[in-house]
Amino acid sequence: MAEKMKLSLNVNGQARTLDVWPMARLLDVIREDLHLTGTKEGCGEGECGACSVILDGKLVNSCLIPAVQAEGGELCTIEGVASEEQLHLVQESFLHCGGAQCGICTPGMVMAAVDLLHRCPQPDEAQIRDGLAGNLCRCTGYVKIVDSVADAAERALQVAKESRS
Amino acid sequence: MKGQAPSCTVHTPASLVGALEILFAEKGTWRPLAGGTDLMVPFAAGTLPFTRFLNLWGLDELRGIEISPENISLGALTTYADVRSHSLLRAEFPNLVQSARVTGAMAIQNRGTLAGNIANGSPAADTPPSLLAYGAEVQLQSLAGSRWVPYESFHTDYKQTVMLPEELITRIRLPRTTGDTFHFFRKVGTRKAQAISKVCLAAYARAEEGRVAEFRLGMGSVAPVPLRALTTEMLIQGQRLEALDDHSIAEAKQALLEDIRPIDDIRSTASYRRKVSANVLGQLLEAMIERFKRPQIRA
Repeated sequence: MAEKMKLSLNVNGQARTLDVWPMARLLDVIREDLHLTGTKEGCGEGECGACSVILDGKLVNSCLIPAVQAEGGELCTIEGVASEEQLHLVQESFLHCGGAQCGICTPGMVMAAVDLLHRCPQPDEAQIRDGLAGNLCRCTGYVKIVDSVADAAERALQVAKESRS
Repeated sequence: MKGQAPSCTVHTPASLVGALEILFAEKGTWRPLAGGTDLMVPFAAGTLPFTRFLNLWGLDELRGIEISPENISLGALTTYADVRSHSLLRAEFPNLVQSARVTGAMAIQNRGTLAGNIANGSPAADTPPSLLAYGAEVQLQSLAGSRWVPYESFHTDYKQTVMLPEELITRIRLPRTTGDTFHFFRKVGTRKAQAISKVCLAAYARAEEGRVAEFRLGMGSVAPVPLRALTTEMLIQGQRLEALDDHSIAEAKQALLEDIRPIDDIRSTASYRRKVSANVLGQLLEAMIERFKRPQIRA
């Protein structure tokens, strides 16, 4: 038996310290130690993107990250995307456009979309598909998901225009 | 909880020297861990025969892309995302950028590293064909010193490399591409994204004074190791551009079948891989001939 480590990281804006196995998957730390069960496990091998989170500003598969590599990191999970009062634009668009069906892929899809719109605020369809290429959905056929991301980008542009005028 | 996390020890060295010291002192017992995108899969499945991991992710000495007039040198921990977004790589090494774009998707590309992609030794990895086409060299370092190894002799057999247990990959360098060049990359997989290659092929050519002055062809998923198609290269290299025709393409396709040794596996069959490799080589050579009809020299 090895030793647990003290893992200190910022989770959705709050400083947390946990006792974890250094090789525990970040996914397990998120779900079982932090009790944030919005992040899903799909394949557990980096193919499906259901466990996507943003670590230190980058989209990652939390099933492929050992806890030790999150030390001192800044973690954003699906629970940290909306504010207390309001859903994120991306979440609203997924609701509005039917981008969420059974829901298993949705948290990961939303994280990938938030990451994409952060890097590339006005993506074309090819860029949306590239940004979501690591997230598998078995319900929607992807069309409604791509529409949702395009809708969120368009509404972000409107919001920006309104706040200028 | 998946994997054997409770029985695993991780050491996070503060410096490259610290990492090399522990590799030297306890040879063969520490498994280097970079971005984790390959390692964590067998780890979670419980099939990885290691319980001690050397966590290299924080070693900034192994990061950074350096440019000199002769070479571009990439730190071992350069990620696929770093490759995709680098302007000089996009201009001079588009095959490498393409291979980074088709390795997994963004979440993998943010963590997976070039050194990990080659150290892992998979013949189905997608950056090796590009690295072979560009004549890459790999720097291996141990406490005893460092050595540069031509990447084409890095892999010795299926998942076997020339690396000693006490060595780490520290940098990968590529000679700058200049002049009238042609670049071609093609990955054949089951899907456009998130697929592992059935066949992967990258070529680099340079024309000078009406001849193919340089031609290198790297192949993946067609042998136990990523390999250069040397017989095929010899047929094309040195040829006068005006002598290249349908006959030379047919000869090259035939030669390629001697260079590769594909197998039947879960992703494809040997006969499909032979057929597709030859067909893609045909497309590549047609594109190259077309491209070299008018010189294009990058300023």
